Amino acid sequence: MSSREEILEKIKKNKPVGAILPVIPDFPGDGEELEKIFEKSLIKNSGNLISTNSINDIHEYINKNYSPAQKICSLIKGIEGNVDIEKIADPHELKDLDLVILKGEFGVAENAAIWLSENTMGFRVLPFITQHLIMVLSKKDLVENMHLAYKKINLKNVGFGVFIAGPSKTADIEQNLVIGAHGSRSLTVFLMN
Amino acid sequence: MKIGLFIPCYVDQFYPQVGIATLQLLEKLGLEVNYPLNQTCCGQPMANSGFEYKGENLIKMFEENFQKYQYVIGPSGSCVMHLKEQLSHVKSHLADGVFEICEFLTDILNVKELPSEFPYRVGVHSSCHGLRGLRLATPSELNENPSDKPGTLLKMIKGIQLVDLNRKDECCGFGGTFAVSEEAVSVKMGTDRIRDHELNGAEVITGTDMSCLMHLDGLLKRQKKNIRVMHITEILNGNNEVK
Amino acid sequence: MVSHAKNAEKFTKDLEKVDWHDATLWGARSKRDLAAKSIPEWESLRTLASQIKENVLANLDEYLLEFEKNALLNGAEVFWAKDGEEHNKIVGDLLVKHNINNLVKSKSILTEECHLNQYLEDLGYDVVDTDLGERIIQFAKQPPSHIVTPAIHVKKEEIGELFHQYIGTEKGATDPQYLTEAARGHLREKFLNAEAAITGVNFAIAENGGFVVCTNEGNADMGANLAPIQIACMGIEKLIPKAEHLGVFLRLLARSATGQSITNYTSHFFTPKKNGKLYIVMVDNGRTEQLGREDFRNSLKCIRCGACMNTCPVYRKSGGYSYGYTIPGPIGSVLAPGRDDHEYASLPFASSLCGSCTNVCPVKIDLHDQLYKWRQQIVKNGNVDQSKKWSMQMATYIFEHPKLFRFMGKTARLFMRLSPRFLIYNSLNKWGKSRELPDSPKQSFRDWYINHKIR
Repeated sequence: MSSREEILEKIKKNKPVGAILPVIPDFPGDGEELEKIFEKSLIKNSGNLISTNSINDIHEYINKNYSPAQKICSLIKGIEGNVDIEKIADPHELKDLDLVILKGEFGVAENAAIWLSENTMGFRVLPFITQHLIMVLSKKDLVENMHLAYKKINLKNVGFGVFIAGPSKTADIEQNLVIGAHGSRSLTVFLMN
Repeated sequence: MKIGLFIPCYVDQFYPQVGIATLQLLEKLGLEVNYPLNQTCCGQPMANSGFEYKGENLIKMFEENFQKYQYVIGPSGSCVMHLKEQLSHVKSHLADGVFEICEFLTDILNVKELPSEFPYRVGVHSSCHGLRGLRLATPSELNENPSDKPGTLLKMIKGIQLVDLNRKDECCGFGGTFAVSEEAVSVKMGTDRIRDHELNGAEVITGTDMSCLMHLDGLLKRQKKNIRVMHITEILNGNNEVK
Repeated sequence: MVSHAKNAEKFTKDLEKVDWHDATLWGARSKRDLAAKSIPEWESLRTLASQIKENVLANLDEYLLEFEKNALLNGAEVFWAKDGEEHNKIVGDLLVKHNINNLVKSKSILTEECHLNQYLEDLGYDVVDTDLGERIIQFAKQPPSHIVTPAIHVKKEEIGELFHQYIGTEKGATDPQYLTEAARGHLREKFLNAEAAITGVNFAIAENGGFVVCTNEGNADMGANLAPIQIACMGIEKLIPKAEHLGVFLRLLARSATGQSITNYTSHFFTPKKNGKLYIVMVDNGRTEQLGREDFRNSLKCIRCGACMNTCPVYRKSGGYSYGYTIPGPIGSVLAPGRDDHEYASLPFASSLCGSCTNVCPVKIDLHDQLYKWRQQIVKNGNVDQSKKWSMQMATYIFEHPKLFRFMGKTARLFMRLSPRFLIYNSLNKWGKSRELPDSPKQSFRDWYINHKIR
């Protein structure tokens, strides 16, 4: 008997009976503005939030904080970087990226998690390998909590998807919080009206 | 209302004043209380050591001793919890009739005032079996509406100052035979609980279980600390001599 | 045979370290409390999570088949391993097949349980653990002492020394920021050179064949999303039926573990990456047996958040190693005897049965009740020493005979009152090592009652 059959056989023999799946409620909140909850959550996760009406603010932010010598890759229309993702063949070539700018598909207010799928990031490693990450999110794309988030996500035809809720961090040395473990050293979210 | 008084074995032998306080307190509230003379132990020490089956006769003895009482009241959350579980295993009607003294006072008697006075700073040690087993109060882990039966009763006492603790319901490390089989951890746990009470200025540590207090008292005396332990019934009964 | 009490006694000798360990983990518990109390539906979520897992256990075979079918459709390859040995061989063979020279690994308690690192090192591989905590203990040649924060027992001075030795940081450097930065540089190199990445699995979704990995560091992603070969190792109990159930578990997991609302990275893997391969290894290793133990099967609901460790006063004051099992603390003490009830007979007794673990468990495992039940089982199976058996027998006999009980009580009190101190406080009296015995009154309560109420 193969291990597969053996395991399945033992489960059949040993498993308890019954137990139906519960219905998961949406657990709607108390009506506090999602943007405010999202901001509080993001700050707790060591991210920064900038609310804006205009894409120019993003330009300005980048120009102020990054030099033209730095490698910037943007996947957002209207924001130009200097690394063309189309010309990258192997994700290892992304190793020197300083800044990546991506569009978040939607955000979750209760924990500031922003959903990205492979379709919007080109290479799976892109949001992790960069030194800094900017995500642009539309205010109308905020949902309250994770229950509503999973109602919204379409996982069909997604090879990889990730919730990013802050910069890379660790507390493995005596529980001291250090930002920038392996992935991006910062996360700045532009919340667009 | 016929009340049977259940006094845990170690209280009977080492802390008669707790049994007396329990009895007097109930009598002051106008109840007729009897103490069946042939009671010994509820069987918990054996059960927690893995010998639950050895308690079968003890539960039978308990049923015989207390069968004629509508309510059985004891000054111990831990023993009462064990009794409730074991009695319900043998489907005894007594399972619903056994009460820890505080829950009996608040839930059945609806006591709203007590005439006692206790002008001291008091730290409450929430013994785990009473707290998490009988839900005498809301455990700090749970997101539930807070309730606190021993606290409600203590707040009726004139002059009492209840101190807040840094860790309001952490285990003291008594744990029955655990106190001996895991001596080092048990002593450390107890020492840390005492430190919390000490830091917050308690003069007296009280609680619903004399067993935890016995452990803490043993440490307090060895460490020559100027903090005393008293069972909650002693305070509720108006014994305000702090020895 | 592991003796938790002996190991714990050693740990408690270094008071400063114990107090630090205790306070640090209590900090995690406190953050967990705040997080739990910020969600009005917290207790409902725990109930839902427990019910979902209940359903998983009752249909585990079907969910595994559904998961396998969908994972295959996604282009993954799926392996079944009945034990740790087979799991290790599967992983080792895959590495050989693909001529892997460099591999990185993110945290997986399952692979710790199977001792995968040792197996691969014996094959000649340099296994690089990439979670910072895991890298630290790998340098120190130690197993994890906590499942979420594996290096919680290591002080920054020791980490500084290890990093100086292995990755060339300045001697004496202890600044966490500096040390983390050094590890970032060191491990980036490893990520970029890795041909294979091994990850654990937090949740595997039956309905779509995907799986979720949660990290704060992003190390699982740096590994799995760069290396052409990805190997995910999971215990068979990691299954959940549907993606919507992630909503429940992800709301509970990080809040229970560290008090965060979510880990900063929650990655969902479905298909192999472009030009890559994705392998999934599903491991039994005693889980189906535990499933057959009615009293203990609930332990398979565990989502490895570590909350029971953080809240357990015994764990906090005795350290992870005192348990001598991959998973320490209350959940470890419930799982370990299922693997070997002789070797781990002391673990269910390493608890005061305070019940705090049960209250913090996000999937409502009745941990302290299971510890109690293991105690009964261990005694029944004879894994208890004679002296304890004898003393329990004697105690029971005394309690069953009220007259004898009273006589013994009176004698003991008299002895305690009259004896010189050395007769009472000696090496036979473990209670009295650091504690006084209670005073011995002349009268028992019963004596008083007869005198005052009956006469």
